Amino acid sequence: MELSDFDHHAPIEGTTLFDGEMAMKGYALNKMCYSFNKAEAREAYLADPESYFDRFGLNEEQKQACRNKNVLEMIAAGGNIYYLAKFAGIYKLNMQDIGAQQTGMSVDAFKEKLLRAGD
Amino acid sequence: MAKIIGGLTTSHIPAVGNAIANELFDEPYWKPFFDAYPPIREWLDKHKPDVAINIYNDHGLGFFLDQMPTFAIGAAHEYVNEDEGWGLPKVPPFPGDAKLSWHIIESMVEDEFDITSCQELAVDHGFTVPMQLFWPGLGDNPNMPRAIPISANTVQHPIPTLKRALDFGKALGKAIRSYPDDIKVVVLGTGGLSHQLDGERAGHINKEFDQMCMEKIVTDPEALTKISRHELVKQAGSQGTEFLMWMMMRGALGDRVNSLHQNYHIPISNTGAGTMMLECVE
Repeated sequence: MELSDFDHHAPIEGTTLFDGEMAMKGYALNKMCYSFNKAEAREAYLADPESYFDRFGLNEEQKQACRNKNVLEMIAAGGNIYYLAKFAGIYKLNMQDIGAQQTGMSVDAFKEKLLRAGD
Repeated sequence: MAKIIGGLTTSHIPAVGNAIANELFDEPYWKPFFDAYPPIREWLDKHKPDVAINIYNDHGLGFFLDQMPTFAIGAAHEYVNEDEGWGLPKVPPFPGDAKLSWHIIESMVEDEFDITSCQELAVDHGFTVPMQLFWPGLGDNPNMPRAIPISANTVQHPIPTLKRALDFGKALGKAIRSYPDDIKVVVLGTGGLSHQLDGERAGHINKEFDQMCMEKIVTDPEALTKISRHELVKQAGSQGTEFLMWMMMRGALGDRVNSLHQNYHIPISNTGAGTMMLECVE
């Protein structure tokens, strides 16, 4: 691999750069997810998700993405994967579960794809 | 005077923390990964560094988007691990070296690096997993050194450039070597290598790029500064930007290093896992 081969400007398929624009868009959603570091926050959310959304000021797009537990929708609504991982953790979803959901694959097929990357 | 004996790299995937907690070392999935570590532990047991500078990236425990430092240096007597939300068992606090921290901060700001100093910093898996890998048993391990966390932002763009990361490491190395106490220091660069957790491209791993980075970081780290941040995301994946930690580590080691040991294994969780032991050449 030669460093001179790199193209520094082409868009990156299937990738959303989490930049200032996305950070502003997703602030409420990410702040809610950040709260899930604490066990009592996770319990409060599970007891009443809708009022927990309102406590952090999520907009309707963000609320619906959370209700759907849909990671691509949460990313489109400004979610950052490191905070979304804490949301996923509440539902015992790991990174292979999330990867499968985002790529439209079964979890087994997604794990196979990861293994094949080593070939 | 303080001396840097070398640098270590490792991935810091949370699943590794769970595998350690459940002692899965000999399971077929895990063995090719864990087998990389005994030679490094032997080297550490032989040289017994007094301090580990642990360069990692916080993933939403110590920092949130309300205040996001580009480069943060721990300046505490102790660093506490806390609940990250998805079930990784907590580990006991890590003793720091606040005197050395402030020396590093003074020296680096003198060298025009604008540092965020942290007298409290909750350290996440990015910091704790490497400590567990290199010093099994942590506080029960008589050789576990004092630790200083340094966190660089890879959560939110703009992230530092590869050149800035390497230059940061050079200034860090200068700071450590100017410390008057006769201590031995090892520098950890953790995270990576290629992986992407988010988006339709989730599961992206780039073996060829990772192996090129592992080769160049030994022989010609300056060449890697030609990679733009955009290109790093494209080649290594959204979270492959953690390679910046490796660049920071490498800068601290000086011009010449010997690669004593390395391992590369795909996959651990969603990641190409790279492990290296680099010894400084005097």
